[in-house]
Amino acid sequence: MSGAGGTGGRVSGSGDADGRVSGSGDTGGGAHGPSGTGSASSAGSPGDPGTLRVLPAGPHALLVELADGEHAEAFHAELLRRRERGELPAVRDIVPAARTVLLDGIAERAPEARDRLARELVSWRVEPPRGEDRAPVEVPVVYDGPDLDEVAALWGVGADEVAALHSRTAFRVAFCGFAPGFGYLTGLPKRLHVPRRTTPRTRVPAGAVALAGPYTGVYPRPSPGGWQIVGRMPDPGTLWDPGREPAALLVPGTPVRFVPVEAGKAATLPAPRAGDVRADSRADT
Amino acid sequence: MIPESGRHLHVVRPGALTTVQDAGRPGHAHLGVGRAGALDGPAARLANRLVGNPPDAAVLETTLTGCAVRPDRPVVAVVGGAGCRVTVDGRPVAWGAPVRVPAGAVLDAGPAGTGLRSYLAFAGGLVPDPVLGSRSADLLSGLGPAPLGEGDELPLGEPASGGPPPHAGPVPWPGAPAELVLPVHPGPRHDWFTEAALRTLLTASYRVSPHSNRIGLRTEGPPLERSRTEELPSEGMVMGAIQVPPDGRPVVFLNDHPTTGGYPVVGVVPERALAAAAQAVPGTRLRFVRA
Repeated sequence: MSGAGGTGGRVSGSGDADGRVSGSGDTGGGAHGPSGTGSASSAGSPGDPGTLRVLPAGPHALLVELADGEHAEAFHAELLRRRERGELPAVRDIVPAARTVLLDGIAERAPEARDRLARELVSWRVEPPRGEDRAPVEVPVVYDGPDLDEVAALWGVGADEVAALHSRTAFRVAFCGFAPGFGYLTGLPKRLHVPRRTTPRTRVPAGAVALAGPYTGVYPRPSPGGWQIVGRMPDPGTLWDPGREPAALLVPGTPVRFVPVEAGKAATLPAPRAGDVRADSRADT
Repeated sequence: MIPESGRHLHVVRPGALTTVQDAGRPGHAHLGVGRAGALDGPAARLANRLVGNPPDAAVLETTLTGCAVRPDRPVVAVVGGAGCRVTVDGRPVAWGAPVRVPAGAVLDAGPAGTGLRSYLAFAGGLVPDPVLGSRSADLLSGLGPAPLGEGDELPLGEPASGGPPPHAGPVPWPGAPAELVLPVHPGPRHDWFTEAALRTLLTASYRVSPHSNRIGLRTEGPPLERSRTEELPSEGMVMGAIQVPPDGRPVVFLNDHPTTGGYPVVGVVPERALAAAAQAVPGTRLRFVRA
């Protein structure tokens, strides 16, 4: 695994022939203002994505930049809806991120397709983020992480209140990155955003539930990391299973809730499931 | 462990870094899974064609020092890509053309004389278990088979009936570049750099850094100065993206690149130009030109 010490997936100046990347890397951070100038814009009525910029990313890709993460999530959801309805040209990868969505591998046999799509995108009306209509994926957490006191201090609450505040939050997977199945979950209000640790850990165990900037993440496997660890998921094997479709439990757009469990009882919990239908809701029908 | 009826390659000498590669696993970037796949795609496809395989069959990709393997059944193989001395049980055989390797004989692809990465294709292809539809090793994410180790056994597939196609004379293997010239499409973040930096990128002479790997081609040369110094929130990265980390030296993302990154991308090298980058040895002169 790379030494991209937190999550940004950054590659800095050194590495070796084994494909390891050493050096820094950290969270994509959070509260950034909208980028720059020269926007192509479809600004206007409430519910529009506001300003969006369509940037070239090589001959077959477009990087769409939105005003903030919420608008990026809404735009991503709109892209998936349109793809579902067959209204998009062939696009190999749709990759949401902090405030952008990358469309990569656009109709590679039709060179003009990218530019046509770019012109079209700026005129889209995007529905505002909706209230969640799917049952959330429930992720059990033992809130006993090594940075619990630090996070409690940053939040201005007692350590025992961190679990309550965190598990009361409705999260959604904004995007994946850093490692297969590592989701960047948004939902914490701004006053609960925390900085990365000043010194990243060389090894964060699989299942660690950690916070940085606006994000919460659950490490699918051991790796270096600089996020503040507040707890652990007892059975992290379900986060990433290449034999399952989809392989990631936390796919972009998925609603998520963390469910506090006590250390002793963790072993008896049912494993979380990917997908919309949960065992408990099926029992009602 | 190994079924007796199976066909296998026994790894005699893994070399510095030898991996199993096919056409990679596109379409999973939204889950944090990169493309992977042979860095010199045209070489891997040509090697496959010469042994009668589909173009996306899994092959071995070596790094600089080659590798040696011993099949437990007779197999037709091709060593292509980086030029090297090829032997079967110590006897020189053809490079870049099909050779018959008897059961129990050692096929040795020597150190690269020109270029960096040789490709070893075997009739029937290599068939370790696929992950998300690909047998490629991804060294960043750890997916796919681990790099070869001495004594490893790799399963071989059944060759297509009829054997390899008749071989009609010399095949045009591209040579390693004496000077690497990479075309650049500006963006998406060229506006995060000074005008002088953009001029530098397209006029200065760089060299391929020895720290290059399957994740990225790293460079030595004048650093690029940013006009915006704030942090860039993580965003999706394409293959060929020229990412500029804090030291200012451009990194060209290759097949095992991260799916998202937080340093600005000044421009993108089109994929068809990246095969040459895969064969550029450290120290090779490198120029970026406007696409």
